Amino acid sequence: MITFILNNKIIKTSEHSGMTLLDFVRYQQRLTGTKIGCREGDCGACTLLVGTLTNDIIEYQSITSCISPLGNAHGKHIVTVEGTNLKNKLTTAQEAMRANYATQCGFCTPGFVVALTGFALLNSENNYNNAIDAISGNICRCTGYKAIEKAAHQVVEKLEHQEKTSLKWLIDNEFIPEYFETIPQRLKDIEGRYLNQPKGKYVSGGTDLYVQKADHLADNDVHLIAEKDYLKGITIENGICMIGTNTTVSDLWNHKALNHSLPNLKKHLKLVSSEQIRNMASLGGNLVNASPIGDMTIFLLALNSDITILNSKQQERTVALKNFYQGYKTYDLKSDELLKEISFKLPTKASSFNFEKVCKRTHLDIASVNSAVHFSVENETFSEAHVSIGGVAAIPKYLHNTSTFLTGKPLTLETILDASNQLQKEITPISDVRGTSDYKRLLARQLFFAHFTELFPNNFTLNDFIQHA
Amino acid sequence: MHKNKSNKILNTKLDAVSLSLKQSIKNLDSYTHVRGESLYVDDVNIRQGTFHAVVFDSPKAHGKIKHIDYSKAEALEGVERIFTYKDVPGENEIGGIIPDEPLFAEHDVHFWGMPIALIVAESEFIARKARGLIEIEIEDLPVITTAKEAKAKGSFINAPRSFSLGDTEKAFTDCDYVFEGETFSNGQEHLYIEAQGAYAEPLENGNIKVTSSTQGPTSVQKTIAQVLGIAMHKIEVDVTRLGGGFGGKEDQATPWAVMAALATHHLNQSVKLILNRHDDLRMTGKRHPYESTYKIGLSKDLKILAYQTEFLQNSGAAADLSPAIAERTLFHATNSYYVPNVTTKVLSCKTNLPPNTAFRGFGGPQGMFVIESAIAKAASEIGVSARQIQEANLLDENDTFSYGQIAKKVEAKNTWHSAKNIFNSEALEQEVADFNKNNTAFKKGLSFMPITFGISFTNTPMNHARALVHIYLDGSVGISTAAVEMGQGVNTKMMQIAADVFSIPIDKIKIETTNTTRVANTSPSAASSTADLNGKATLMACNALVERLKLVASEDLNVSEKDINLKDESVFINDKPSELSWTELISSAMLKRVALTENAHYATPEIHFDKTKEKGHPFAYHVYGTAITTVTVDCTRGTYEFDSVKIVHDYGKSMSEGIDLGQVEGALIQGIGWMTMEEIAYNDEGKLLSNALSTYKIPDIFSVPKSVEVIPVETEGNDMAILKSKAVGEPPLMYGIGAYFALQNAIKAFNSNYDLEFHAPMTPEKVLMGLYNN
Repeated sequence: MITFILNNKIIKTSEHSGMTLLDFVRYQQRLTGTKIGCREGDCGACTLLVGTLTNDIIEYQSITSCISPLGNAHGKHIVTVEGTNLKNKLTTAQEAMRANYATQCGFCTPGFVVALTGFALLNSENNYNNAIDAISGNICRCTGYKAIEKAAHQVVEKLEHQEKTSLKWLIDNEFIPEYFETIPQRLKDIEGRYLNQPKGKYVSGGTDLYVQKADHLADNDVHLIAEKDYLKGITIENGICMIGTNTTVSDLWNHKALNHSLPNLKKHLKLVSSEQIRNMASLGGNLVNASPIGDMTIFLLALNSDITILNSKQQERTVALKNFYQGYKTYDLKSDELLKEISFKLPTKASSFNFEKVCKRTHLDIASVNSAVHFSVENETFSEAHVSIGGVAAIPKYLHNTSTFLTGKPLTLETILDASNQLQKEITPISDVRGTSDYKRLLARQLFFAHFTELFPNNFTLNDFIQHA
Repeated sequence: MHKNKSNKILNTKLDAVSLSLKQSIKNLDSYTHVRGESLYVDDVNIRQGTFHAVVFDSPKAHGKIKHIDYSKAEALEGVERIFTYKDVPGENEIGGIIPDEPLFAEHDVHFWGMPIALIVAESEFIARKARGLIEIEIEDLPVITTAKEAKAKGSFINAPRSFSLGDTEKAFTDCDYVFEGETFSNGQEHLYIEAQGAYAEPLENGNIKVTSSTQGPTSVQKTIAQVLGIAMHKIEVDVTRLGGGFGGKEDQATPWAVMAALATHHLNQSVKLILNRHDDLRMTGKRHPYESTYKIGLSKDLKILAYQTEFLQNSGAAADLSPAIAERTLFHATNSYYVPNVTTKVLSCKTNLPPNTAFRGFGGPQGMFVIESAIAKAASEIGVSARQIQEANLLDENDTFSYGQIAKKVEAKNTWHSAKNIFNSEALEQEVADFNKNNTAFKKGLSFMPITFGISFTNTPMNHARALVHIYLDGSVGISTAAVEMGQGVNTKMMQIAADVFSIPIDKIKIETTNTTRVANTSPSAASSTADLNGKATLMACNALVERLKLVASEDLNVSEKDINLKDESVFINDKPSELSWTELISSAMLKRVALTENAHYATPEIHFDKTKEKGHPFAYHVYGTAITTVTVDCTRGTYEFDSVKIVHDYGKSMSEGIDLGQVEGALIQGIGWMTMEEIAYNDEGKLLSNALSTYKIPDIFSVPKSVEVIPVETEGNDMAILKSKAVGEPPLMYGIGAYFALQNAIKAFNSNYDLEFHAPMTPEKVLMGLYNN
């Protein structure tokens, strides 16, 4: 039985674990405040909060319930907009939306309210940018967002100067109803941490699979792996970072040591979908989705990552990620195998990493071209270079020739221009809805230049490149 | 809002706006909206045994249906029945203006996504599964996807329309400068977050009630009656509210409601049909793409002496509202400018795309984009800034529009010069110039965008509405109108009118759903006119009731009715309260058997238009405004961010500042979306490629201008507008056109060889190509 707390109510259900949480909440429980906008995680109208109890502490994250399997709710506290309502008055987030005219047709509104409430519950800095990140996955077609920005400011003002927002404080200040205080104990009382899993398609966060085939997953057995401990965790030893494939993008975002080694990590990850999706999307899922444009794949390719693969006999093998992909959506993985871990050498003081991505819309969009580099430069010479690029080939591409070309060469304009020519020979973009092949070639060149103006601003300017390119 | 350190005039104005927002009425629906308690069609409680439906649509854009096999789908457990054109008891016809659109395809298909059958099953999931089991064979016929191609092949919806003023041909010979060119503006997906849907329930005697997410309940009612071959009174259409419409549910909410009703008619069971996003994107029409040519002639002092343009409207596979939209393109072809010699022509081109339809602005934006392009081209060729040409040609009092209407109470120059002064545009232009001088990797661009938009349905007979006002015996009030609430705040405005006339608190007033049994034969909620038309009717009904109540009070208090006023829930004699309260007055009226219900009808006076001459006075009034847009382009990546949009807007005397500002901001961002990132793509076979939210991007919170300042221009308002508060739904969308030209100016600042192209939207792809094309 899938058992969880939905708002203030214990749910025990034998519904199919692969049905979407959205359908369960809306049509089985008739909580119609959770809206259907797109069913692919791109609008946020179905945003819910998921409370997870770890060592007696409950942490809430927002998700888009349209691409989340019901089974992933097991053992959690699921909160819909109705679950945030107070009796006969508005919560702080709701009042901020109302007072600032931040709701017009109202259809996207519950999603914004839930996401803003999630922001208040989140154990992060209570600043405006974080509030906006919290609603980065919510689309509104009516207001033009300026009123929503004001609402976010109002919420932040209420939270300011609160070091840690305890449940008690949030209840007293009308962010959430009283019953939230009872949730941690009630979650503890839920028996059976793990669901019995049938054989079936492996699903972690579900953010790609449910976009592609939600009907199929709701109609066939799925094997949910998001809660499997042996696929979780980030560990750093001797400059090597090892990441379980269940790790979400948000887990990276929140990891202190990683942010230390990759100082622009948050800036880069902000270009990866939305907070709701980052809270669910697993790194392993991004790798096996094998999209030629997968952001995290491009990221990990430039870090020259290795992946550890586990089979049903519990045997492990390791493959370099750059050799993993064989062709469009095909890769070196057998049917009884699962990605277990990703490992890479962390950037050091002598090395630097950069990620670039351009799409029609800067955030919550799929790239036209994305690219990452990891360079070690000693004595003005590339001692090591790894360049990856997406959207310009059938696979997420590690640029073997360009990377090799750079290695050992001096850090000069000439080297970079030659490498750029090398890059153009390695890519084979096609025209599609994300741009013409001519555009992608030009963009690939520009992003390659951008890596250098970002990483070596004292050495190179855009002008240097375009005068010679 | 950000305060500008040095600009005192602006700061005073911004403070006034801030204060008015604090004091202004809040949207009355916002309480249930934020709690998730507002009811949309998919939220309404459904009856036991309700069936769910999914539409089977054409997988080809043009062809003959050779064979369809439904047997596997029908055999699937849980499938109740599959309906096709053969099950239509009346006419298989849903075209509103021209009868050229079947509900279900019969022998041919004309666009990819054209409905062929309706699968009705125990659940939507089963119906969708059944859809995958239908086998169809279609013999391909040639596919037309562009208007140009349609024109070349002589494929049109109707006869072309043309407006003219003066003698354009002769005027061109007098011009010092003449420029010609081509423009393209792409379509735009409405992307109401609530997809199309309807729920039909059987009532007694074969009557059917339909809850529909429509802007036009009467058109839904009429079309159902026509398709079922029964009388209109047997169909009740109810609209709770819409999760966004933007024109997309004016005409195109109808087929889904009709299908649900058809299934209910046959099965005598409730049927729900809610489109999923992919189906909605694929099957419904969008804003019309336009391919246009222009010729503009100017004198040495930059006066536009002659303007000629031909608009090719990509109408799609059926007329839908295209002829009316084409007409409005002509009405707005010269935007805010007086041009003495004009010839405009529009051709509605029949293609194999889904029938394109109404979208906020209704053809106006497409018309304005062309003249703004022509001005940009002329400016670039002459070597002046577009602003100089714009400013030299702004409309003045008593100027004549190409359609014969004389411009009155014109605010074009007032908003323009107010914008320049309040925002100190000279300093802004200098800042941009300085920035561009000092930066290579980033460039800024600035543009001015004036707007003039006519208010009224251009089809004069549509300009009417009714209101039914009940005062209940406890003094509470219920109001029904033809207005559909879709986020524009019309419910709040109706309530404000009643609260003002009766002088009772707003919690005593309820705005009812929009229902064809209470208010019949209505025009759709469209053309920015909903609050004007329904508000005027509500005002008339409330006033009539007040007159009656004054008579009652004068008897009760034994004073002349002239001395009686309703104020603060009491009866006042002159300006002093009497002992008679509002509720006592209502009780007294009941005892005296006075009618406490009033039905009022409003039809806009003065307007007329003669289509045989293409002249008249089609608009009750015009809305004016000017926007100044500044953008920063990242010249490495081709991406961009809008720094600010600064607007002076003509609200008249706004009755709801918060709601009206929301309309301006929302429309502006939609307009910017249309001009920048929203890119509809079909392949040559007529298949929609931008078929999901992952491939069709609308603005998110990060992509809107960092600052949007909207200052009201001080005017007297217009008596044709409700309480002098001017219509605000559509006009501000066209401020977004400024985004295109701001981007173009930034590109020019980087690449002096950039050859101006007028091909919207200006995606990051077009920007990057523009930056580096030689």
